[in-house]
Amino acid sequence: MKLKQLEGLLGNLEQISCPKIELEQYPTSAHIASRTLFSAENSFGDVSGKVVADFGCGCGTLGIAAALLDADYVVGVDIDAQSLEVALVNAEDMEVDLNLMQCDINNLKWRGQFIDTVIMNPPFGTRKKGADMNFLSMALKVATQAVYSLHKTSTRDHVKKMALRDCNATSAEVLCELRFDVPQLYKFHKKKVVDIAVDLWRFVPPKDQEGVVKTFSLPQ
Amino acid sequence: MRLLTHNMLSCNIKGVTNGFPLRIEAEKFMEKEVDFNIDFLKSIFSKIEWTALVEAAQSLGYNELPEEVVDSSSMLESSDFLKKFHHALLELHLEEGALICPETGRRFPVSKGIPNMLLHEDEV
Repeated sequence: MKLKQLEGLLGNLEQISCPKIELEQYPTSAHIASRTLFSAENSFGDVSGKVVADFGCGCGTLGIAAALLDADYVVGVDIDAQSLEVALVNAEDMEVDLNLMQCDINNLKWRGQFIDTVIMNPPFGTRKKGADMNFLSMALKVATQAVYSLHKTSTRDHVKKMALRDCNATSAEVLCELRFDVPQLYKFHKKKVVDIAVDLWRFVPPKDQEGVVKTFSLPQ
Repeated sequence: MRLLTHNMLSCNIKGVTNGFPLRIEAEKFMEKEVDFNIDFLKSIFSKIEWTALVEAAQSLGYNELPEEVVDSSSMLESSDFLKKFHHALLELHLEEGALICPETGRRFPVSKGIPNMLLHEDEV
């Protein structure tokens, strides 16, 4: 599939009708989602034939993109039931299989090292402090091969330090800088559209993750 | 919810050590055809907790899986076995029901095929 084709398909997805500000629900644009998954597959082979998890999947954009690029099995996790309902409809419309579950990312407990790649557009931590790092920490525990994540460019040094030093990631690389269009979604948004600079990161998790059932929940 | 997902899920209540596998209480389940992918089946097989899969499939009315796989390398060459494995792992869907923690008895509801693993405040 070509990039433009993927971007076109993703542009037709339904979005969350009443986004919840406390969860920082922002749609991942077709532009960003298509480029993220395209890089993951074409530069690194992390999608096709792999088991992929979309953390904070929202209405399923990233997970659906992974399925369209021939991931073997895609799991989508989100805390919000309404988003998951939209994701269900989107997956049906795109005729792809998304395996969804409702869970708080801080309380994930998965066994078996099934997940090759984690993809995510996590909350930036503007409402619940540290949310972005909680997502990253969990992703690096769950993924066996790679984590793709979007974080504000302004947090670049902090993200790198957190990933390498605190989560023992084998590597942390900014693949590119993207513009994240934040539309005027919430009451406090003054402008019609605001451009936020975000980094697309690729992290490699620490080697030899334990294959036993572990409590993944993070300290409160 | 497919049984591959079920094979990954463990009770996430704090302090629970024996939370796998979750017992399935099926109210509504169905079968959805999925493309047969031999490479995927072969690569995922070693990660599957087999007894959990067999029991889960039985709770959805599918009894064709062998109770145990003794010689996996030859079983994985048998198209008959692969078809049954494929069917149980990917084509059986729990739509409505619950997943029950074996240690605490806590029920995690499944609705529209989506399990709800959200915890209450005292479970975190």
